[in-house]
Amino acid sequence: MPSHQSPGLAVLILTVTLAVAMLAFAADPRNPFAGKQRAAKAGEYEFRINCALCHGLGARGGGRGPDLTTARKRHANTDAEMFQIISNGIPGTAMPANGTNGQGVGMTDDEIWQIITYLRTIEVKRSAKAMGNAAHGRQLFYGDSNCSTCHMVNGKGGRIGPDLSGIAARRRRDALIESIRKPSARLAWGLTEPTKEFPQEYQTVTVVTSDGHQFKGVTLNEDSFSLQMIDTSEQIHLFEKDQLQSLKISRESLMPAYNPDILSEHDLNDILAYLENTAAP
Amino acid sequence: MNMPRSSWPGITLLAISCFTCPASAQVTFERLRESLKEPQNWLMYSGDYAGRRYSLLDQVNQHTAKTLIAKWVYQTAATGKFETTPLVVDGVLYATGPDDRAFALDARTGRPLWMYQRQLPSDIRPCCGRVNRGLATLGDKVFLGTLDAHVMALDSKTGNIIWDVAAADYTKGYSFTLAPLVIKDLVILGVSGGEYGVRGFLDAYDSNTGKRKWRLYTVPGPGETGHETWEGDSWRTGGAPAWMTGVYDARTNQLFWPTGNPAPSNRGRGRAGDNLYSNTLLALNPDSGKLGWHFQFTKHDEHDWDATQVPILVDSGDKHLIAQANRNGFFYVLDRTSGKLLSATAYGRISWTGGRDREGRPIAKPEASPTAKGHTVCPGALGATNWMSPSFDPQTGLFYVSARDQCDIFSTAPQPYEAGHAYYGSAYFPSEEAEPYVGALRALDPSSGQLKWEFRHASPTWSGVLSTAGGLVFTGDAEGNFIALDANSGKPLWHFQTGGAVYASPMAFAVDGKEYISIAAGSSLYAFGLP
Repeated sequence: MPSHQSPGLAVLILTVTLAVAMLAFAADPRNPFAGKQRAAKAGEYEFRINCALCHGLGARGGGRGPDLTTARKRHANTDAEMFQIISNGIPGTAMPANGTNGQGVGMTDDEIWQIITYLRTIEVKRSAKAMGNAAHGRQLFYGDSNCSTCHMVNGKGGRIGPDLSGIAARRRRDALIESIRKPSARLAWGLTEPTKEFPQEYQTVTVVTSDGHQFKGVTLNEDSFSLQMIDTSEQIHLFEKDQLQSLKISRESLMPAYNPDILSEHDLNDILAYLENTAAP
Repeated sequence: MNMPRSSWPGITLLAISCFTCPASAQVTFERLRESLKEPQNWLMYSGDYAGRRYSLLDQVNQHTAKTLIAKWVYQTAATGKFETTPLVVDGVLYATGPDDRAFALDARTGRPLWMYQRQLPSDIRPCCGRVNRGLATLGDKVFLGTLDAHVMALDSKTGNIIWDVAAADYTKGYSFTLAPLVIKDLVILGVSGGEYGVRGFLDAYDSNTGKRKWRLYTVPGPGETGHETWEGDSWRTGGAPAWMTGVYDARTNQLFWPTGNPAPSNRGRGRAGDNLYSNTLLALNPDSGKLGWHFQFTKHDEHDWDATQVPILVDSGDKHLIAQANRNGFFYVLDRTSGKLLSATAYGRISWTGGRDREGRPIAKPEASPTAKGHTVCPGALGATNWMSPSFDPQTGLFYVSARDQCDIFSTAPQPYEAGHAYYGSAYFPSEEAEPYVGALRALDPSSGQLKWEFRHASPTWSGVLSTAGGLVFTGDAEGNFIALDANSGKPLWHFQTGGAVYASPMAFAVDGKEYISIAAGSSLYAFGLP
């Protein structure tokens, strides 16, 4: 009957429209402060209080919290996704849900939106294409530069150092360069309870057992009485400290410093180009 | 929620076991005052009124400690930091868990008798986790301060609510996290909320009715002494909470209570002056709440160095002293009769002071103030120690404290006050210039402030310390170990991996002639004993 729509159909249309509208709202709650300068300033202070402990001053990465100035983030790209992550945390990582990190106080919704507004103002767009040659960088990574002896990318490589898959989405370029040129620099950073899961980040450990065997590697874990380590041949060792002849832990990285005479600027750029093209694990 | 006893399947067993245990006598003020006469019980947060956290039990000692085993584990299944110190009264253990849960256990087996769960509003304002540190007891009641700023009396036999009063408006940032202290027939407790710009106070309630008998505001109002130490209206949001349990000298009827940071914690601009009575030890009359002497440890604090650490009464010959290892890195000894400072000795890493005032009190260097850009000051914001209890052992004469050497970058930023809203005016970060944090149990000689020994932890701990007549010191660590050390030398004698970081202070008790040592770790409460 073309003269009038059935009431049932009208209700159906209304319901569908409402459902679509609600879905849209749920998926993309608007940032009420988007683009507002004053809110961004308030967000900067909120960020300092609540986030900078891990993510660093200016959100440039704090050694354990990722750099948040990169335009492409690993876990969240839209404002709504960022809101969800700040509110609920990321399971399996050191990122806590709002108000649960045991140190600060929880934020209101408005404060979370202000922080997101602030983060939008400090994003740095990566240059359209990495400057180096990624294919050559890959050759160096798995070849002459020996990176893969200790580092893994996408399941291939060594286990002694951190997995570098997708690292460029988490660390700024200058932080990566520092980690390559001066690998011990960040090991000296202080440690706090919220990051207790990663207490002995790549400290170098040297032990001599009671029967005179020496092992060198990195700590996997440690407490007052025991030590768990992986040695340079990727063997895991579990020690009671009082059974050891000697134990030396140093905050010098096992990784050699890749000075310009070992790794040229050109090759460094190629390796960075390769790392910038790897996916997150 | 209050679980009705009849819902317990083990009701019959419980009834039987209660025939076999001694009829629990009422806890009286006399028993609290003479708590050392019944070392099998742990009748208040710090074990005795002097705050010593010392047990006269010696079955577990330097010879037997290596054979300690877990006797029972009680799992709360609650998440968040588990900061309780249990009470034990005649075979029954009373403790609290996160989110204001209180429970009673058979202290021999860890089997539950009752549980009370506070239904908290969703918009409470805890600063540092939904924590609670324990109960107080008198008569047949236990007393609980809640995160929504209520004070409650529960029936110690059932967990039923006997009275429940609102002390303050939780939406403005007021809360209770500490174990109350009972003196005579009063339940005394101080408020938390220094991060919200509250006006701090210490309250006393009639233990029978819940009627408030007195309140002492720790920030003096217009016309009161000390009011002139606040700029303009800054006193209204001045903080100075009183969030840890005080100590009591029954001989002189003096109550001693420490207070916390002025608010906003890391911004002194706008609150010029000493900011009394923030970061202060108050000596007062517990009957009236009338203030006697006071001693301010850190004047006009800008580093969040609450002075809320449990102080300890120490008697040396005819000298009546009170000692505190303060969050600002100094170990203070005062004459508790007069409040006069006798000594202040650094026991941790400090960079904030270069001089002393006429009384001998360390004072801040102007350049230690937080700046907009931020700069490094030691100790860091969490302090050279924090709320974890110290202990004093009269046998060794040593004062034991969990210390952390840590520096932070302190920065400051303007922040308008908004009721119920975080109010720091600042932030802090781990300093890149500094060495990694060091955590250690340090044994200090109170007569000189000198370090006698230290036991280095793998990282700083939030565990307090218990000393015992068995020549032992017990503490826990952030890696989950519970540890017994030789009280004279600091040599580790025994340890147990609990599986969860320790955020609590240990205690000791005995049932049926057997000694137990108890600690909260992870989300469980442990009791250790000899095989």
